[in-house]
Amino acid sequence: MPSRRALIGGVAASVAVAVLAAPQVRAQTQPGVIVVGGGFAGASCARALKRLDRDLAVTLIEPEAAYLACPFSNAVIAGLRGIEAQAFRYDKFGRYDQFGDIALIRKRAVAVDAERRRVRLEDGTDIGYTRLVLAPGVDLRFDALPGYDEASAATMPHAWKAGAQTLLLRDQLAAMPDGGIVILAAPANPFRCPPGPYERASLIAHYLKASKPRSKLIILDAKDAFSKQRLFEAAWQELYPGLIEWVPLSSGGRVTEVDPATRTLVTEFGNHKADVANVIPPQRAGAIAQSAGVADQTGWCPIDPVTFESRLQPAIHVIGDAAIGGAMPKSAFSANAQAKACAAAVAALVRERPLAQPKLINTCYSLVAPGYGISIAGVYQPRDGLLAEVEGAGGTSPLEAPLSVRELEAAYAQDWFRTITSEVFG
Amino acid sequence: MTSHDMRRAKNRRGGRSLAPVLLAAPGLLAALLASAPAWADAAPGATACTGCHGPAALGSAIPSLDGHAADEIVTQMHAFRSGERKATVMDRIARGFTEEETRAIAEWLAKPEAARHAQP
Ligand SMILES: Cc1cc2nc3c(=O)[nH]c(=O)nc-3n(C[C@H](O)[C@H](O)[C@H](O)COP(=O)(O)OP(=O)(O)OC[C@H]3O[C@@H](n4cnc5c(N)ncnc54)[C@H](O)[C@@H]3O)c2cc1C
Repeated sequence: MPSRRALIGGVAASVAVAVLAAPQVRAQTQPGVIVVGGGFAGASCARALKRLDRDLAVTLIEPEAAYLACPFSNAVIAGLRGIEAQAFRYDKFGRYDQFGDIALIRKRAVAVDAERRRVRLEDGTDIGYTRLVLAPGVDLRFDALPGYDEASAATMPHAWKAGAQTLLLRDQLAAMPDGGIVILAAPANPFRCPPGPYERASLIAHYLKASKPRSKLIILDAKDAFSKQRLFEAAWQELYPGLIEWVPLSSGGRVTEVDPATRTLVTEFGNHKADVANVIPPQRAGAIAQSAGVADQTGWCPIDPVTFESRLQPAIHVIGDAAIGGAMPKSAFSANAQAKACAAAVAALVRERPLAQPKLINTCYSLVAPGYGISIAGVYQPRDGLLAEVEGAGGTSPLEAPLSVRELEAAYAQDWFRTITSEVFG
Repeated sequence: MTSHDMRRAKNRRGGRSLAPVLLAAPGLLAALLASAPAWADAAPGATACTGCHGPAALGSAIPSLDGHAADEIVTQMHAFRSGERKATVMDRIARGFTEEETRAIAEWLAKPEAARHAQP
């Protein structure tokens, strides 16, 4: 297909026409699947669909030129890694490869008409689908914590989406004088990446210990327990004694209001003034999920655990952080595993083939320090209408382990990221 | 070398020397792919493996599963499950799969890598 690629490369104006025309022309003879969102979930799903059935017309809708990955962005904040290591371009999409082409539309989807089975794009175009996969990730809720809106994030970064926010938090930490107080506000469940705030606290502590040893880090938490807690706490005591203070919900950890002008965080037990404040607000499924009518009153999307089809709208599937994954945490690993299981179900439904019961895996690594990794894993399958953990499997790294095991898990963490990003975007 | 190993080795060599021809001839490629196992055959759980276990060419600290016979994978998973083989995470994962499920996954993983990885 070099001729088509040359055409696309040569005339910018023809890009949209060529990309838009392809699935429509084919749609007359074969069904089309649209995937909205090119993150770990959506990009994996689009690729998996082509590998399952190269005759399926697959369209990926994603407005960004490059994806900025969150895993390892905590290392960027701690100055251990450049942000460019987080960027993955969509160059391999929207062109012919050995599995056929995935049409890539570089636009934002703004509305879904579930009844007519059409997706509207920001430029007003609207395209039909046989089945739609929504993978928009999360939206940060700027209406849930008094004082914390989009403007406040410029002073008190969330850094819960990788990019400018990640760099802002990094730069604020770099500019903070020694002896400063860093406050990290962690949300209640469910939220993107359950161990993420504690990995972040660890790596910030690593930075403070080396560069600003008189400083302190306080975690104000809206929960009384967190992922890999015993492992994190043991490592903090060993590596960063006296540096990190965790304030759980029951000790007044829940932040009820913030004041960006004075960098003050208010809790039921009193006020905390920070030199650097990292506020991770509550979250919900990306806005397009609300438009499609697939999000419930929790803000997240209930799904069938076999097909990932919405419980609220037919022919719309939801995967990744936006979905209610049952026992599965909102992680990039889960998003990728769900994407592949969902693709298998969508391909079967489109071709009217029997469905298989899926089985899924998650493994989340966290770095407590460079060369010190810990993990949590689980195996999942549908049970009672949800994705449930297979009993007897999964769990965390052992609490007692030689440093060599922590080093090995840190190396595995790095290489997991290389492998998964090459599978999804490479 | 078992007959399976020999078959695998042949597949690999074939894949490499054919690559330039394939790029030039999508028709031939399509014909080959039609006979190659697709993700459609993947046993439940199998495609989750490739999130960590990539192509050998990546040079990852996490071992590639390319070129391993199904029997070998089943034996190792058994050893992980029983604790006989020490692991960081595979013991925790192996315990989530029955012998039968493990066998089905192993059979798929033992197929030519071109059908499994994003970048054959
Ligand atoms: C600090 C941090 C550390 C983390 N570390 C890890 C880790 O070590 N391991 C791990 O497994 N996970 C980790 N995670 C979690 C991981 O980043 C998420 O679980 C994962 O990104 C979810 O993938 P997704 O595809 O559902 O959503 P996203 O990755 O957010 O992708 C959504 C995509 O959809 C696009 N989109 C949204 N709306 C629209 C629309 N209307 N139209 C078109 N496109 C749209 C967006 O542009 C985006 O590209 C971490 C997260 C954070 C914040």
